[in-house]
Amino acid sequence: MAAAMTLYRSTIGKKAIMAVTGVILYGFVIVHMIGNLKIFEGPKGFNEYSHFLRVVGEPALPAGTILWLIRIVLTVALILHVSAAIQLTRIDSAGRPVAYKKVKRKQASFASMTLRWGGTAIFFFVIYHLMHFTIGTVHPQFIEGEPYHNVVSGFQLQPLMAGVYLLAVAALGTHLYHGVWSATQTLGLNNRRNDKLFRGLAVLSGIGLFVGFAAIPVVVLLGIIK
Amino acid sequence: MKITVNVWRQKNASSKGRLEKYQVDHVSPDMSFLEMLDTLNQQLMAKGEVPIAFDHDCREGICGSCGVVINGLAHGGQLATTTCQLHMRKFKDGDNITVEPWRANAFPVIKDLMVDRGSFDRIIQAGGFISAHTGSAPDANGTPIPKENADLAFEGAQCIGCGACVAACPNASAMLFTSAKVGHLGLLPQGQPERQQRVLKMVAQMDTEGFGGCTNIGECTAACPKEIGLHFISRLNRDLLGATLRGGSTVD
Repeated sequence: MAAAMTLYRSTIGKKAIMAVTGVILYGFVIVHMIGNLKIFEGPKGFNEYSHFLRVVGEPALPAGTILWLIRIVLTVALILHVSAAIQLTRIDSAGRPVAYKKVKRKQASFASMTLRWGGTAIFFFVIYHLMHFTIGTVHPQFIEGEPYHNVVSGFQLQPLMAGVYLLAVAALGTHLYHGVWSATQTLGLNNRRNDKLFRGLAVLSGIGLFVGFAAIPVVVLLGIIK
Repeated sequence: MKITVNVWRQKNASSKGRLEKYQVDHVSPDMSFLEMLDTLNQQLMAKGEVPIAFDHDCREGICGSCGVVINGLAHGGQLATTTCQLHMRKFKDGDNITVEPWRANAFPVIKDLMVDRGSFDRIIQAGGFISAHTGSAPDANGTPIPKENADLAFEGAQCIGCGACVAACPNASAMLFTSAKVGHLGLLPQGQPERQQRVLKMVAQMDTEGFGGCTNIGECTAACPKEIGLHFISRLNRDLLGATLRGGSTVD
């Protein structure tokens, strides 16, 4: 018990929470990206996939059970991830009450230094994104159950918002470029032999997810998908 | 060489400090950074001013006493180099150098460039003892240790406790220091009996001291004069999570 309290109180315990919840959210964005790419199958494939997500588990389970279970897990993970991040940020900034007059960095990556800003940006984007394509309140021509139409018209009618999507997925890619490796480090999985492997996974995740997510607004704006 | 230095001057722990500008003439390129500060102190004393206080001891790069932030980089930023081993030939005639003390909540400034690193001592103390034979010396190689573990333990044991990792970390985290200390004993058979208690207690003490947390940025290992790797931090996390899952069950 004392040991569990040490872990809970320690920054390492809070970071372990960030790592585990981060891995859950990482898994989600991968599945989400693969799902998105079904837009290249055309309206039928994309809408059917969207419908499948809502009815998966039927008839064994009532409609939407699996969907809502996943939504609950993701929401809890997000809340834990964000609250641990806020707690840690406060501890970290208290670590240096008097700042240096002159600071240089030797090897810190852009991604590692902007993790908190990127995370904040992604958080607000997720709220907007849900209002845009899931709830539809900020979509000018939202039709429930017609995701293909919603995506295409959403980007066509508001090309500037497509730009926001590109920025947001760039923030996500940057976040994972450091975050994926950092999570493995926090969970103590890294050693000298496999470190390059985890670094590679993080770089691949950052770039891969950016390309996969960015592809959709780009092809809509180019008129490849109508 | 003529060098201009902006040095942090602070009378005592409670007073407010500021950067003061000094011109140092007659700097030889062969001087160490500390010898340059000595020269400046000679100038100050000749004028009847209070010399700059800074920590130093062996001046061979092995004791861990010296350490200041030079132009925004702990120990001046040269690879595997302490402040005493940094030479003025690395600077150019007429350079303007900013010298600041380590900045961390857990390293309060005592005077000028001197900080109190007692927090490091308390982390070490929290680690406690190891169970070892006393009396006659054991047989050399009587306890088999895999070569790789011995090398890794040695890498961690090289830590001189200078505090550059904390100074360079954007969060003023002591994770590299603590991980090196926990790691080198954890890798050796002699460190096994108290291993779980040690990691739990040292991490608890580290957190009590008011260091920030680790964000795996890696500035610590870049500043470390002994080039201790980030993999020690991963090892510490693994040890702590493992000790917690096992309930930290070794006898206190």
